[in-house]
Formats: sequence, C-alpha cells, structure tokens
Amino acid sequence: MSGQLFWILISAMLVNNFTLHLFLGLCPFMGVSARVSTALRMGAANIFVLTITSVVASFLNAFILPYAPYLRLISFIVVIASLVQIVEMTIKKVSPALFRELGIYLPLITTNCAILGLAIFQTNRGYGLFEGLAFAIGAGLGLTLALVLMASIRERAELADVPALARGMGLVLIVAGSLSLAFMGFAGLGAP
Amino acid sequence: MKQNESYEEFVKGIWRDNPVFAQVLGMCPMLAVTNSAINAIAMGMATMFVLVGSSFLVSTFRNVIPKQVRISCFIIIIATFVTIADYTLLALVPAVHKELGAFIPLIVANCLILGRQEAFASRYPTKLAVMDALGMACGFLVALFSLGAVREILGDGALFGVRLFGENFEPWIIMILPPGGFLTLGFILIAFGWWRGRKDAEVPRVRRWPHGVASRRAA
Repeated sequence: MSGQLFWILISAMLVNNFTLHLFLGLCPFMGVSARVSTALRMGAANIFVLTITSVVASFLNAFILPYAPYLRLISFIVVIASLVQIVEMTIKKVSPALFRELGIYLPLITTNCAILGLAIFQTNRGYGLFEGLAFAIGAGLGLTLALVLMASIRERAELADVPALARGMGLVLIVAGSLSLAFMGFAGLGAP
Repeated sequence: MKQNESYEEFVKGIWRDNPVFAQVLGMCPMLAVTNSAINAIAMGMATMFVLVGSSFLVSTFRNVIPKQVRISCFIIIIATFVTIADYTLLALVPAVHKELGAFIPLIVANCLILGRQEAFASRYPTKLAVMDALGMACGFLVALFSLGAVREILGDGALFGVRLFGENFEPWIIMILPPGGFLTLGFILIAFGWWRGRKDAEVPRVRRWPHGVASRRAA
C-alpha cells in the first residue's frame, strides 16, 4: 500500500511532471519564474492549494457526485475557489507573516489549470483519499521543481548574450522545451 | 457604420490581437492537444463554442450581474458551456473525446475565455461581444491548427493522417511528444515577433506576460 503511494508520488513529480509533460499550470510557469526566491514561494503556495484541492475532490467524489455527475466541473470550481478564499482569510488572521509570504499567489493559482487538472485526473483515475494526497504532493513538488529550474536558468540567461529577437517568450519556451526533453529521461521509471 | 464596427472587432482577433501569437494566452490546452491537426481543430471548435456562447450570455446579462461577484458568475457560465461541449463531444465523436481526454474540462481554466468576458463581453452590447468572441476564437483556431499541422508534418510525416512524403522520410518523433510543443511554439513566436518588428521597426515592442502584474510585483 505505502509502496504504491510512493510510486504515485514519484510518477506525478518526475515522470508525468505537470508542467513539463502535461502542460498544466503554464501561466505561473511563464509569469513568475524570473527569480528563484519568488519561484520557491509560488511552488510552496501551489503544494498547499493542491493538497486542499485533492482532499476536497475526494470528498465531492465520494459523497455528492455519484448523484449528479454532470455537476462535476461546476462544483469542483466553485468549491475549490471558495475554500481557498476561506483558507486565505484564515491565514491572514492567524499568521500574518505566512500571509505575506504566500498571500498574493493564493488567489492567482486558484483558477489555474493545474488545480482543476489535478481534481479531474484524480477523478478519472479513481484515486481515493490517500492516493489523491500522494498524487497532489507529488504534483506540487514537480511544479516547484520545474519552476525553480526554470527560474535559475532565466536568472543566468539575463546575463547571457541572447539575440534581441529571441528575448522574452520565445527564449522561455525554447528553454522549457529543453527542460521537457531532459525530463523525458525519467520515462519508464516508476513501474512497480 | 455599425457593420464596419463589428467587422473590425471580428478581424482584430485573427491577426493583430491574435490570442496566441500576440497575447500568449490559453497555452495549457494549446500545447497539450496539438500533436495532430485533427485534435487541434476539435479543441479549437470546442473553445469557439464555449467562448461565443459565454460571451453572448455575459453580454446579454451584463447589466444584471452585480459587479462584486462578476468573476464567479462568469466562471459558472463558462463551466456550464464547457459541460455541454464535453457531453456533446462524448455523444457525437467518442474517438476524439477519448484522445482529448481531460483537456476538454480544462477549457474552463483557459485564461483567454475569462479574459474576454472581463475585458470585452461585460462592457459592450451583445452584437459586438459575439463578433469579438468569434474573431478571438477564429484566431485561436488558426493558431492551434498551425501548431498542430507543423507538429504532425514534422513528427509523423502526415497531415490529417495522409502521408505526405515517400518511404524514406524519417519521422522526427520528438515533435509529437511534449518537448516538441514547447519548441514549435517558441520558434513560431520568434518568427511572429520578427515579422512584426520588421513592420514597425521604430516602435519598441512591449512584452506582455500572461500575468503581468504578478511578475512585475515579484521582480
């Protein structure tokens, strides 16, 4: 059982990396990957929201959606967005320091495709509560890894002599392509 | 006069403000499903249905929706249309639905759609909003198709499943795998930037990030 959970985690983190293999959560990947420190915070906020999402999705799947499968999409979005809002308010009240660290990123990632993607993949694969949690933590670690790698490369690239034409989006995408190529090396890992 | 105005809204989405090439929006579904031209077109059509439908509704009810909860209202409207598109595709073309998999529900999270509701449909009359949505969706479809066609031709040596080259063609497999999506879009964006830079060489181009505010604050 615990071995299987471990492989779900590794698979979500490295083999089927959300950003580099499934193209989920590309907006923060492109937008907030200019500095390593911000990338780390964004990653932490992502792990946090993904974990909450996974628990919520498990409960919705178990108790509500068997009766109304066509409400799946709407209920995922509404419930997750409002829950993250509540958590954000709670953090602001309980720990202002943590709120300053994560604050501006929480609303940004609530509707990002990685969050919704996690809920949908989890449902499609029929994961239960614990498998879902392992999946969410693996996916969050994978997103953080990709963000930090990208940010480190971009910090270096600012000093490099890149042709003016390729600066900006083009360069970021080509670097992402090379990273994705590197992550393909993990394919085949994780078959238990 | 009226005719020209709506025509203008329609045309701007296809080239000048193309959602993908000029604004770099809606990347997640775009890169994930463009490994063949036919998938790209199916995704483009589904997005078009959702965008036009929700723009029509949002613009019709723009004076009824309270300002404070408008984003939630937009998202629920969009999610309804996506659910309709999802079930319709499942009923009509199960093979394509299987191929696109989880990425049909993920149309909800496409920033292009929510962006158009917020920036255009909630402020302008229904006719203009629908024309704007049609134009943006056509621009998105064109972008998806060009990406899908390039990737399928290079990676598979075929277009719509029809072989283009002789026996000696060695398929460039990487192009239909995930890295190919990033690389192809990167080169297309560079080419687009070069094309634009040539036209207005004096005016320095402003880079637009998907979440510009966040990246500026972060820096």
